Order: sequence, then C-alpha cells, then structure tokens
Amino acid sequence: MFKRSEQDKRPQVQIFVDGVAVAARQGDTVSAALLASSQDVRRSTAVSGAPRLPYCMMGVCFDCLVTIDGIGNRQGCLVPVAEGMQIEIQKGKREIGR
Amino acid sequence: MRTEYDVAVVGGGLLGSAIAWGLGRLGKSVAVLDEGDIAKRASRANFALVWVQSKGLGMPAYTVWTVRASHAWRRLASELKQQTGLDVALQQNGGFHLTLGEDEFGQRTELVKRMHNQVGAADYKMEMFSASEVKKSLPLIGPEVSGGSYCPLDGHVNSLRTFRAFHTGFKAFGIDYFPERPVSAISKDGGEFRLTTPKGELRAAKIVLAAGNANQTLAPMVGLYAPMGPTRGQIVVTERTMPFLPHPLTTIRQTDEGTVMIGDSKEDELDDRALKHSISAVMTDRAQRMFPHLSRLNVVRSWAGIRVMPQDGFPIYDQSETHPGAFVACCHSGVTLASNHAFEIARMVAQGALEPELVGAFSASRFGGAGAANNSGY
Repeated sequence: MFKRSEQDKRPQVQIFVDGVAVAARQGDTVSAALLASSQDVRRSTAVSGAPRLPYCMMGVCFDCLVTIDGIGNRQGCLVPVAEGMQIEIQKGKREIGR
Repeated sequence: MRTEYDVAVVGGGLLGSAIAWGLGRLGKSVAVLDEGDIAKRASRANFALVWVQSKGLGMPAYTVWTVRASHAWRRLASELKQQTGLDVALQQNGGFHLTLGEDEFGQRTELVKRMHNQVGAADYKMEMFSASEVKKSLPLIGPEVSGGSYCPLDGHVNSLRTFRAFHTGFKAFGIDYFPERPVSAISKDGGEFRLTTPKGELRAAKIVLAAGNANQTLAPMVGLYAPMGPTRGQIVVTERTMPFLPHPLTTIRQTDEGTVMIGDSKEDELDDRALKHSISAVMTDRAQRMFPHLSRLNVVRSWAGIRVMPQDGFPIYDQSETHPGAFVACCHSGVTLASNHAFEIARMVAQGALEPELVGAFSASRFGGAGAANNSGY
C-alpha cells in the first residue's frame, strides 16, 4: 500500500515483525515501519476483534497498538524503531505481565 | 406529557430503575422522575459486585436478604437478556477477600467466626483459605498474600449494562422516564399523590422514593424517615487485558471486557470532582501486592463518586403510615440488591404493603430517632 520515497537516504535499521526481519529506516516510528513493510500488520481490537491499522499517526487514535519487546499495548506511532527491535502484531487484549 | 400513573418512582438510578422495571413487569403504569446529567449519581460510583460475604454483621435479617438477592440474580440477568438482548455479564462463581500479612488474616478469621455465630443469620458458606489454597483458584497472587476468605455466593456483573438494560426495558414495558425533573414537593390530594417538578406536576396513586441520598429530604414530605448520607469512593481502571482473574475480589475485579477495576475506598470527603491521590496510591499499592503482574498495566482512568449510605449501613424500606401508598427504599448495595428490588420490592409496592417477614427488619423505626452506629461490613 505504501512505498518508500526514492529520495529517502536514511540508514537502514533491521527490526523483526512476528519474527520476520524487516528493513526500516532510522527515524521511522514503529507504525511507519510497519505500514512500509508491505506485510499484513492489522491488529485486532480488544472487544470486538475488528481489524485495525495505524490511523492518526500522532498518538491520538490508539489504533496502532502493538507489542514491542514483550510489552503490550504500546502506541507504535510514538515509538522510534531501534536495531533488533521485536514487534508482535497484537491480536485482541494485552496479556497480563507482558 | 402524560401525568397520571399507578406508581411514580422518584429516582432513576439503579435502585429506582430496578423497582420501576419490576413494577412495569407486573403491568403497572409507571413514571420515573429523574434529575439531569449533573446529578451526583451513586449508580456511577458502584463497584458492580453482587456480594454476600461479610455483610450483615449486627443485622441477621440482612444476611438473609442478601443471600436471597444473590440467588435471584440469575433470574434477573436472564429476564433482562430475554427482554432487551443485553448480556449483563453476570459471573457468580464465588468471590475472595484477600489479606496481606498475618494480622489481616487473623482479623478476617475473627470476622468469619463472628458472622458464623450470628443467631438467625443465613449461611454464607464463607470460609477462610490459606495462601496456598487461594493460589489454587488465583494462581497469580503475590508472596505477601497471607490467605483470604471465600464465599461461593459472591459474584459481579457489568453494572453499566445492567443500568442500560433496565432503561431499555422501560420502553418495552411502556414505562415513562422523565429526566430533568427533580421533585421539590409532594402532597396528597384525596387518593392521589401530586409531585411538583420544574416541568410540571405529575400524579400517581402510589409513590416510591428511590432518590439515593435525596431520600433524606423527600421522605419527611410524606411522613417517612430516611436517615442517610453520602460517602465518597474512588476507583482506578486499567487498560483491557486478557482474562487473568477468574474470581472477583472485594477490591479488584476484571470486567467482561478486560479492564481491571481497583477500588473501592470509603471517604468522608464529598467533592466528587477531585481525586485524592494518596487514597488511589494505597488502593493500587495493595492491588499490586496482591497481584504483582498488575504493576505492568497502564491505568486509563480513575474517578471519585458519591455513594449512598443509610446511617447504620443497612437498607431502609418503609411504607408511610400517615400517607398510605408512599414507600421509601434506601440502600448502599444497589447492584447486589437489584434482583430483590426488581422482584420483591416491586411486587410489594404493587400489592400495596411491605411484607414484614421479608423486610420488616429494615424499617427506619429501628433508629428510634437516635441513629445507630455503622456496623454493616462496608
């Protein structure tokens, strides 16, 4: 759905999405990297299970919730990527303790 | 606006709604007079427990009444579901009161003994469990938990959905709900009550005062007595989480939609627009010591609310001697007792007389005008 600009010369950062290596760029937020990954990054909501993608990209809509390095319900749009970051697409509610 | 009814219920909160719904169920024409959205609604400050254990110390009749309510809840939940399609998420698989440290365990053990020894009290089947016994039911408890009491009759519901179900049920029963109509005066004219509201007068053959703390001022208008007053409670709510808590606790429960509710304090301060963080801090600290995993969850909301408290903590149900047909109903546990209000109190109001064998102990005559100490277990 999204394509990276050819003018974007920022260095690559490798992250993992559900265990699969994905090339992000330095300065990407997790949500931006997920949208650019061309993978299916739809989470499902906690109550109805409806599928969601990152929407507002500015910390307001909470539709980008994702598990980052073992911590659930993080707002992907507010977290910059880091080398080796482990991201899990969250299905439903966060688990207690992670 | 129609202005003549069989019964006018003053108060559209959980208590008034349950009685009104019960009257509608019996085919009565009912009007519910409510305040507006800025009213200090106790129905918003509840913790949604259908709770039996530890209630009724000092009044054995209240243990009987509470156990009856617990048993009748399944029927209420199922009738509401059938009528409105709304699932109130009743869970009644027993509840715990956990203790931290040996002192608390000792105090709780003492309380369980005193409850058991009360003459004329219903059998709560409440018993003390050691920490290792508790762990079998609640595997995630922390090392500071010394044990706790368990009662198989305890449970909880989604109280907001219960409230909504009653109001949805109003429509099906043809009950008229009138918001923005606080009652300022009540008079009796022949066989009929006249209630004065800012939007006109309403008439009814019978009235039920179910206005929470406002009953204190309404009751004397029809020769009744309702000594009660507000207390404040605070609740902290976390983000939604996968189910981890299979039983409700007195102070922690997980809703059907996954949030964890932590409560509930009892304070003398009455400003419901501000939170006292020193109190939330104690509540959340205790919750984390009971379940260390909670410390990783985000808190999404906390609030303070005003709750209803009869002077000695026990319910008050009375019919006026000077104004026959005028009833008053006051209680703290509007959720737990909703089933009794819907089925029993509504039936008695419809019949025109309270039944002494069921609710005689709850007459305000017990106060003898002098009041009584609060020994209710809240």
